[in-house]
Amino acid sequence: MPQHTIPKRIYYIIFGALMFLTAITIWVAFIDLGAFSDVIALGIATTKATLVILYFMHVRYSSKLTWAAVFSGFLFLAILLTITMSDYLTRGWDSLPKPW
Amino acid sequence: MSAKNAALQHHFEDLGQQYESSQLGMWAFLVQEILFFGGLFLGYLVYRSSYPEAFKIGSSLLDVKLGGINTAVLIASSLTMALAVYWAQKGDKKKIILFLTLTLILGSTFLGIKVVEYSHKWHHGLVPGEMFAYSGPLADQVRIFYSFYFAMTGMHALHMIIGAGLIVWLMVKAARGRFTAEYSTPVEMFGLYWHFVDIVWIYLFPLLYLIGRS
Repeated sequence: MPQHTIPKRIYYIIFGALMFLTAITIWVAFIDLGAFSDVIALGIATTKATLVILYFMHVRYSSKLTWAAVFSGFLFLAILLTITMSDYLTRGWDSLPKPW
Repeated sequence: MSAKNAALQHHFEDLGQQYESSQLGMWAFLVQEILFFGGLFLGYLVYRSSYPEAFKIGSSLLDVKLGGINTAVLIASSLTMALAVYWAQKGDKKKIILFLTLTLILGSTFLGIKVVEYSHKWHHGLVPGEMFAYSGPLADQVRIFYSFYFAMTGMHALHMIIGAGLIVWLMVKAARGRFTAEYSTPVEMFGLYWHFVDIVWIYLFPLLYLIGRS
């Protein structure tokens, strides 16, 4: 058998953690935390996604080559988001008079 | 050919190499999917940063209860899928079919709830286009929120529908005894796809349903 079999117990634990984090993210959404709401919501979502990738998708037990492939996907996603948003979010920062 | 090599295709050295190749190929596809959905998330971010108030209004018109239930349903379907993979690796035909059936039922439940939500939005005139009837504050910008809502959840739902079709295909293969402890790769690779679709929803739920609730 070439692949790694993960004990069922781990799947149940991850499932419990995902359900718990879902409840937390709904609960926190109804509390007014200003800009922190987004930080917490995305932090929880990323934690959940990481659990799914590492355990349900077996990446924790996979080869370095698979790690590199997965990492490259998120690296390029980060480049896409960072460079585009660094443009949009900084527009209008300068107070120079417009030439037109 | 000996029974040991029945699942091994001739261009691979051994089952381990064959499995690694399948896994890498599946991840290459999923990396493409990450960037495909990434484009949609980027569009969402650009417009949300431009019209934060309108996105909060649009979000508050969504049904957080149905969205929350659907999140739980989808996470449960990921668990049953993980267990289907577990039993596929053990080569237990009956349990593979059992857990694939449960996954299919949960996936269909998700899509059913989505239909209820979509028809609700349709009747309330929140579908962008000719029928758009929302006339509250920032109507034009709320329309943009709903364009993203339907594009993103629609593309996600399309992935679920394709996934449901693939589950049926896997069930047929499982019933024919194609998966053994030695070779369960198709079930495992489909599992990766199904969990990926779950991850997309893990981000869609807070970004679409939970902003502007406080």
